[in-house]
Amino acid sequence: MATTLDLLPKPRWSDVADDDDGNVEDLNSRLLPPTEVIGPDENGIKRVIEYKFNDERKIIKVTTVSRVKKIKTVVNKRVLERRSWAKFGDAVNEDVGARLTVTSTEDILLERPKAPALVLPKGSTTEEIKAAGDSLGQKGGATLMVCRNCGKKGDHWTARCPYKDLAAQAEASNTNDANPNAAPSSSGTAMTTYIPPSKRGGALSSSIKGSDMTRMHNNENGVKVRNISEDASEADLRDLFGVFGPLTRVHILCDRKTGCSRGIGFVNFVKKEDAVRAIQKLDGYGYDSLILRVEWAASRPN
Amino acid sequence: MRPILMKGHERPLTYLKYNKDGDLLFSCAKDHNPTVWFADNGERLGTYRGHNGAVWCCDITSKFLSLRDSMRLITGSADQTAKLWNVQTGAQLFTFNFDSPARSVDFAVGDKLAVITTDPFMELTSAIHVKRISRDPSEQTGESVLILKGPQGRINRAVWGPLNKTIISCGEDAIIRIWDSETGKLLKESDKESGHKKTITSLAKAADGSHFLTGSLDKSAKLWDSRTLTLIKTYVTERPVNAVTMSPLLDHVVLGGGQDASAVTTTDHRAGKFEAKFYDKILLEEIGGVKGHFGPINALAFNPDGKSFSSGGEDGYVRLHHFDPEYFNIKI
Repeated sequence: MATTLDLLPKPRWSDVADDDDGNVEDLNSRLLPPTEVIGPDENGIKRVIEYKFNDERKIIKVTTVSRVKKIKTVVNKRVLERRSWAKFGDAVNEDVGARLTVTSTEDILLERPKAPALVLPKGSTTEEIKAAGDSLGQKGGATLMVCRNCGKKGDHWTARCPYKDLAAQAEASNTNDANPNAAPSSSGTAMTTYIPPSKRGGALSSSIKGSDMTRMHNNENGVKVRNISEDASEADLRDLFGVFGPLTRVHILCDRKTGCSRGIGFVNFVKKEDAVRAIQKLDGYGYDSLILRVEWAASRPN
Repeated sequence: MRPILMKGHERPLTYLKYNKDGDLLFSCAKDHNPTVWFADNGERLGTYRGHNGAVWCCDITSKFLSLRDSMRLITGSADQTAKLWNVQTGAQLFTFNFDSPARSVDFAVGDKLAVITTDPFMELTSAIHVKRISRDPSEQTGESVLILKGPQGRINRAVWGPLNKTIISCGEDAIIRIWDSETGKLLKESDKESGHKKTITSLAKAADGSHFLTGSLDKSAKLWDSRTLTLIKTYVTERPVNAVTMSPLLDHVVLGGGQDASAVTTTDHRAGKFEAKFYDKILLEEIGGVKGHFGPINALAFNPDGKSFSSGGEDGYVRLHHFDPEYFNIKI
């Protein structure tokens, strides 16, 4: 609340100069009425009435109304006594600027764990997928399912290779077998220098080349899924996309450092129609409180 | 909540302890000066100067001359001594000399006895010493009432059991032992199957002493009955547990830890998991985590009023957290 009381003639510059080195505070106290404090009354209402000049040298009356509330806290006698203890040790001559105790500017919350992970895929669905994979493996004589680790056809995918640990050994023997085919210059340094996979002896054999072809083929009908919840696992994604048709690959990108999901995944369908339907149905679908973005994985030729 | 950061130590924290009234917080670190802070605003009250090595553990009396008087502090240090201090002035009152580093200290109920453990060193094996604490510092002697030996490896923690009748010890051999504090006889041992699989790093007694919680590098914490040493609960986490504490107010346990300090710089900061994790004591359900430290949590302590807790980390900071009102209404 501010009210202009009356206009005061501007003090002349000479008056100000006379006034002990222009002490404005002192001048104000002589020119203005004293500050009044009323209350606090029984409701705890307290009024403070102050007078001051505004920019135009007008007197302003400022009334501040506040409620005074007494909060009683019981403090232990011993605690109170300890409060007054003198500092000792290194705390005696502590720099004012040392700021050993700082209140964090960051508000830290008790972070609740995320909702428990979704129900694991049921046995039936995995069976289904497996069956689909098997049919895919031996479709019309052409073997699509070739393990890149051990080179076994139609038995398992590379990621599920039971001979993972033996892979290096198998590969070594593979190169040895193929060495006679390879150029004589590379055969001498086979184990010591790096040879790109495409130039390795093993790569020349038709079976491996075939697997490369099938790999490329497998990357067909790829669907990219963005904005997946961090908690969603590949199994969850498999559940979600499996309803549209058999899948060949489900993959979620992980942060290299933390191992957490980056929220991007790739799903490859066996049939293109299934992929089209999945994109139609699941693009914009709400999944675990996030909206999925589903699109073709790579720019397609057509 | 906005934690209060206390940067008084130059080196990693090792131990935190509140006095019974919960107004003072004592911190020990690998620098040589145990420090006392006001537990409400985090202001430093003083430091106890005199140790010449890392300080591993401390305890405060709660009934020295009168009830709840917080008069004496005992600290165990790697300089092969345990020292008694005047809490108010920081004056050194007595030094217990050992031939190996002192690891853990604990006052008995009534503050007439103290248990001090020493590390294996050179040819010496680890030992648990029971010392009498005199009311008059001039009468204090360094004689041991009882010395317990036997466990292999370091004894990381030894505390008094109910009514001072037993001493509970645990350490590197992952076995919890209960000793008779009169005769020194080994009464009980935790069995291999239900017990921890790796070094037990910390032990925290419940406010009433009826049960206690142990944390281990096997990434779990276990709740035990103090009398029968039966396993009550197991809390499983995804990183080694360095520090444990229990809320005296709610059925919450807090586990602190994180990956090994030597691996911190080689991995992403998010991979460290340097949070203080809250679990429901009975349902074993995870309630939440409090982040903030830049290194593993080495020490945790709950204020005896249950309304705040503090954590000390490898990063040298003590973080004092006063809970928001919402904390007290968490439902799981």
